[in-house]
Amino acid sequence: MRTLSLAAAVVVLGLAFSVLRVAAQETPPLPRVFWSFEGPFGTIDRAAAQRGYQVYKQVCSACHSMNLFHFRDLAGIGYTPEQITAIAASVQVPGPPNAQGQSSPISGKPADAFPSPFPTEAAAKAAFNGAVPPDMSLMANAFVGGPSYIYGILNGFRNPPSGVAVPPGRYYNIYFPGNFIAMPPPLHDSAVTYADGTPATVPQMAHDVATFLYFVANPHVDQRKRIGAHVVLFLVFITGLTYALKRKVWSEVEH
Amino acid sequence: MAELGLQDNEFKNPVVHWIDARLPVFTAMHKEYRQFPTPKNFNYFWNFGALATVNLAIMIVTGIFLAMNYNPSTAGAFDSVQRIMRDVNWGWMIRYIHMNGASLFFVLVYVHIFRGLYYGSYKKPREMIWMLGVVLLLLLMATAFMGYVLPWGQMSFWGATVITNLFGAIPVVGHGIVTWLWGGFAVANPTLNRFFSLHYLLPFIIVGFLFLHIMAIHTVGSNNPLGIDVRGPQDTLPFHPYYTVKDSVGICVYLIVFAILVFFLPHLLADPNNSIQANPLQTPSDIVPEWYFLPFYAILRSVPNKLGGVVLLFGSILILFVLPWLDTSPVRSCRFRPIMRWLWILFVIDVFMLGYVGANKPVGIFILLGRIATVWYYVHMLIFLPLIGKLERPLPLPESISKSVLGGGALPSAAAAARPMEKA
Repeated sequence: MRTLSLAAAVVVLGLAFSVLRVAAQETPPLPRVFWSFEGPFGTIDRAAAQRGYQVYKQVCSACHSMNLFHFRDLAGIGYTPEQITAIAASVQVPGPPNAQGQSSPISGKPADAFPSPFPTEAAAKAAFNGAVPPDMSLMANAFVGGPSYIYGILNGFRNPPSGVAVPPGRYYNIYFPGNFIAMPPPLHDSAVTYADGTPATVPQMAHDVATFLYFVANPHVDQRKRIGAHVVLFLVFITGLTYALKRKVWSEVEH
Repeated sequence: MAELGLQDNEFKNPVVHWIDARLPVFTAMHKEYRQFPTPKNFNYFWNFGALATVNLAIMIVTGIFLAMNYNPSTAGAFDSVQRIMRDVNWGWMIRYIHMNGASLFFVLVYVHIFRGLYYGSYKKPREMIWMLGVVLLLLLMATAFMGYVLPWGQMSFWGATVITNLFGAIPVVGHGIVTWLWGGFAVANPTLNRFFSLHYLLPFIIVGFLFLHIMAIHTVGSNNPLGIDVRGPQDTLPFHPYYTVKDSVGICVYLIVFAILVFFLPHLLADPNNSIQANPLQTPSDIVPEWYFLPFYAILRSVPNKLGGVVLLFGSILILFVLPWLDTSPVRSCRFRPIMRWLWILFVIDVFMLGYVGANKPVGIFILLGRIATVWYYVHMLIFLPLIGKLERPLPLPESISKSVLGGGALPSAAAAARPMEKA
């Protein structure tokens, strides 16, 4: 009974605190999106990730680098070695210096990382009113909400409420902390033409590119969960055996 | 029979016999880990010391492999950790084990400490065990803090800046000390290099102190849930196989929790900001330490004066050194201390409250809550422990461990109900 009342007190306190916490938030809660990789057995939806790669390539990569992700890593979402070689070859990457010390771009190989669209960080800064477009390699892990945050930002552009003056070079986004984001709305309906015929609405593209970026940030996630299931099953089995052994050993003593 | 200078032993294996006669490690192991008389009434809370030892071993092994692929420079640290995560064979697993192992280490150690507080394991004759334990806690905290800086994410950098700046509160020499700690005028490459070096060194110092901690336990013997002394062989069991097998059950359950964290929820306890490379020109909106430092962070922020906050922060841990002398009650186990039992529960809630306050911005209600919880922490240590020991009327103690576990003696029903796991 005492334990019960104690537990009840803890729950009540916890609820009171969570209410306080919600009251302190400035942006609305992120949209609730279903992700194929949710939960202990969820996996990356490869078709969505491939569509997302297309969005990245045709839209995002104009401004955002992805310097920790290599062309060869695309194998993780189902591209064949031939496709990867072709994709890499279609992109210009910085080449090695020649005898005069001059370097000119060459076509990429599968082992190259996705190149930055700007020669230097300063150039990126100059193009965007001082805000450097962040690298996308870990973007899906770098915000509270992860892919749902990316989805929210891409769908969160609105006309500012009356009385709110948006500074020049900034755009109004309901999910961005402070609401003024330096990125212009990057997606519009049919911004890309999907190879598989999926209608390219803004929510669809946002969902696909967020799936792709989750894969980019966590390239081993499917393998990790698959191994994890085996590891946990094995450990549960061993725990059962060990517990039986413990009972056997202790059955000889009065305790 | 023994030749001059050789140690007599009863090992049959000739190689073991030969070695033991010259270096009695086998005899020592036999005495300390097979025969070692251990109270027969441990509950599963007595697993956590062994679990922490296993965790230490896991951290050292994974850490050695991480260090082989890590680049301790501000230019390369972040990318080298990502290289481990992406390209090193099984690197993601090794790193997730190391990263979540740090959190689990504190879970285990905090349960171990609160178990010691509840059952009075710090009281005579175990003061030395306890004080060595506090040294281990401080070393663990230093190791964890420096390890957190190494991936060189935003929270690594800003956490390091905030924590090292605490020393700046020391009057007169504070700023000099901070510059000396940094090896420069800001957290930068020299800081990262020395943190890497020390992060590799400290775990081995921990191993040394752990050895002393265990040596002290094996000198005076373990405490037990009744908190009464062992009266004779009927109260004890040999450590092996009884407690090796019981610890093994605990280790299995702990590994299940560990595996679930590593394989399914590896980022549960991580700050998203640490997925962004350190940027000295951009302060995150909120600088929050890892969860295991939150109660202490709350104490720091509860005091409006920086030096005062730093003193109370370090004081909250250093005060544990004198705990054996602050508690005046001759009764060890809170099972027989009707008032302290409740104060212990309130103390646990108080520490959770501090942790909760530490996780939130110091505005509004959280300032008040933090101050109340900080005052309660010190009142518990400095007033309740000395005073209640004098005022409280303890319940009658059982005659002996063996009488108690066999249902004889004055074992209160509440105590029996508190040990459901022991029925096995």
